[in-house]
Amino acid sequence: MSFLDYAPAPESQSLLNLRAHYGLFIDGEFVAGRGEPFQSINPATEKQIAMIAHADATDVDAAVAAARRAYDKTWSKLSGSDRGKYLFRIARLVQERARELAVAETLDNGKPIKESRDVDVPLVAAWFFYYAGWADKLDHAGVGPTPSARGVAAQVIPWNFPLLMLAWKIAPALAAGNTVVLKPAETTSLTALLFAEILQQADLPAGVVNIVTGGRDTGKALVGHPGVNLVAFTGSTGAGRAIARSVAGTDKKVVLELGGKAANIVFDDAPIDQAIEGIVNGIFFNQGHVCCAGSRLLVQESIHDDVVDRLKSRLSTLRLGDPMDKNTDIGAINSADQLARIRELTTIGEQEGAERWSPDCVLPETGFWFKPTIFTNVSTSHRIARDEVFGPVLSVLTFRTPGEAVAKANNTPYGLSAGIWTEKGSRMLAVADKLRAGVIWANTFNRFDPASPFGGYKESGYGREGGRHGLAAYLKPAAGRAAARAVTPAEKTPLSRKKAAK
Amino acid sequence: MTASHSVLAQLNTGERAVALIGGDATDANLRRYLHGIPGIDAVGLEQRAAALGTRSIKTSSKKWAIDKIISLIDLTTLEGADTPGKVRSLVGKALTPDPGDPSCPRVAAVCVYGDMVPHAVAALGSAHSAGTDAGVNVAAVATAFPSGRASLAVKLADVRDAVEAGADEIDMVIDRGAFLSGRFAQVYDEIVAVKHSCRRADGSAAHLKVILETGELSTYDNVRRASWLAILAGADFIKTSTGKVPVAATLPVTLSMLEVVRDWHRLTGAKIGVKPAGGIRTSKDATKYLVTVAETVVEEWLTPGLFRFGASSLLNDVLMQRQKVTSGHYSGPDYVTMD
Repeated sequence: MSFLDYAPAPESQSLLNLRAHYGLFIDGEFVAGRGEPFQSINPATEKQIAMIAHADATDVDAAVAAARRAYDKTWSKLSGSDRGKYLFRIARLVQERARELAVAETLDNGKPIKESRDVDVPLVAAWFFYYAGWADKLDHAGVGPTPSARGVAAQVIPWNFPLLMLAWKIAPALAAGNTVVLKPAETTSLTALLFAEILQQADLPAGVVNIVTGGRDTGKALVGHPGVNLVAFTGSTGAGRAIARSVAGTDKKVVLELGGKAANIVFDDAPIDQAIEGIVNGIFFNQGHVCCAGSRLLVQESIHDDVVDRLKSRLSTLRLGDPMDKNTDIGAINSADQLARIRELTTIGEQEGAERWSPDCVLPETGFWFKPTIFTNVSTSHRIARDEVFGPVLSVLTFRTPGEAVAKANNTPYGLSAGIWTEKGSRMLAVADKLRAGVIWANTFNRFDPASPFGGYKESGYGREGGRHGLAAYLKPAAGRAAARAVTPAEKTPLSRKKAAK
Repeated sequence: MTASHSVLAQLNTGERAVALIGGDATDANLRRYLHGIPGIDAVGLEQRAAALGTRSIKTSSKKWAIDKIISLIDLTTLEGADTPGKVRSLVGKALTPDPGDPSCPRVAAVCVYGDMVPHAVAALGSAHSAGTDAGVNVAAVATAFPSGRASLAVKLADVRDAVEAGADEIDMVIDRGAFLSGRFAQVYDEIVAVKHSCRRADGSAAHLKVILETGELSTYDNVRRASWLAILAGADFIKTSTGKVPVAATLPVTLSMLEVVRDWHRLTGAKIGVKPAGGIRTSKDATKYLVTVAETVVEEWLTPGLFRFGASSLLNDVLMQRQKVTSGHYSGPDYVTMD
């Protein structure tokens, strides 16, 4: 036998107690939706996991009303430290139920269990811990003294990191004192609903977080609802544009985290083995379903052949298959729709003359799968070098000088992230300075930390999530000078006391 | 890297080094060459090693791995208090690691101090490989092991002594002082001289393992350069450690050495072995190394000719795991033999 055909090592699913039907989570309770329920399937097997409720406009109305009530009556009245206690409690419960959440995420999304176990779920807990700490320190969030919450936040999240994107949205919103109505992506509602159970376990006051599942219509109703004060969206640039249009002319604050076409720039003095790992991690992590994925590899001409050679032999060791197996590196594509889009764009790539390569690997018979793919001989005008594929597809381009690398990297309507690989610190900093991207990684890629802000330039959206900057969207500065004066009576107290003493 | 693969493959070690370095093995030429090798990003290297360490090796793969680990062990005793009796006992253990189970494979070699080589050879008797593929090898540490602090003449005499006594493999140490102060040519020349002293009268030669003592080199870049230097000079194996300094074999260090071996194979077609030594004590740890070899170089490297574990206590942990896999339950330290 070959040792590399590791024996199956499937993660046990016995921890998971899923219901056959899930309702909407409104005002602290699961309630039936008024729309037609839909099935959530496992993309690796195409089998149904559960039936999910579909929220219509009336349901969204009820959720927003519950969030408003909770904001007026409870959440806005709590001290920051008390809000923090709830967030700490949620973080600990996420850790306690980490294995269960990881298994559910892999089941519903198709990502390998090693990623949901080692990346997604630990980061979810980290996000809640981080923002729990901010809840009583908002005076230092950078928006001036005594900021206030905005009110009810409408949050719409994508399917690529279902639970992590939920954490990115809910944790800062609650820390800043807002209440939330969140809509998970249609194909990945499951972990949001398990998270609702965690909120019940944590005794979070009813209505502070409401989760409405459903389709595009549900999201539209939520974003357009007159009762919400801010809209936070992560997803495609097309959908983001529609949201920006729908909230134009209202006083809703908007945060958009949209697509990307990141350049991963490898200079000839790069630490080559780590650069290869970084390229692989940059585009094949989470099947390439990553908005900040390093989908354009820019290699210095002198090392192009060597890098491509090494990349190909590294890709041959990637293991594609059952996402629940602990040794799987590449899982399933999340949906048939996404698979069709990846196929369409890669076909166009071939037609436009780029050279396509994939390692030999057997694709399972059921489910949605796509081999890790590299395109060489790609030029900047090719669609695979311009459009976001959102799949395990890498386009390789070359450059000769740092100036050309910067020009090519910036030549995209997007500007979410970029990577630089070099052993020369001065070059690293000089290039980073010229790249128009919100996040720039140097000698690493796809690293996330709750303390670090994340967000894009240009068509990659606006606003920042994570870190102190991530609080800004959820906070309103104290209202001008009048508000500043309102603080002074308290400061005067010692004086008036003195007077009284006289 | 001007010469092509096919040209390099036909050259002898010395000619190949000259062709690659672009001149004689002087400090300046070697420095230029070794510093031209791509660097290592420590964070990235450690991340990759940690990721390889999460592979889950179960059931039939685990069973295969256990027997493979045993067959790759250099069963070692390197104590000042070693006696002929201790060495005989070690050889006994090397030949029948698990007296209760004859299907248990033998280890690859026993590794002892030079003066114990005759005792090891005598104890092995017909089971001594003595240049053949079957049987168990005798490896001797030499060149003023573990510090390497002796004159070249003494080091070479140490090597010749062990080879004449029947050692099949010589584990030499490099002069870390010379390496760290940039006297690359001295390190190179010493390895060349030791390699020469490994030759036997009949024209055959003992295999040369070069110990880099990575714990004293302190950076991964140094480990990489020392690995290239040792291979250029003619090492058959590169080995992490003596086991006598606090930091011995680690997975990231071994990974970085395996990458050199892989690149050398790509460059010249020649196959060099790697031996992590010291600090690998459990079956689980050793399995991570197997995974790292198979996924970094190729699985064919998992053979005694190209990969070894330098270890003493590892064997008993692996044997306990083996008994567990065979019988379904754990035994205990009293059910495996002392060395």
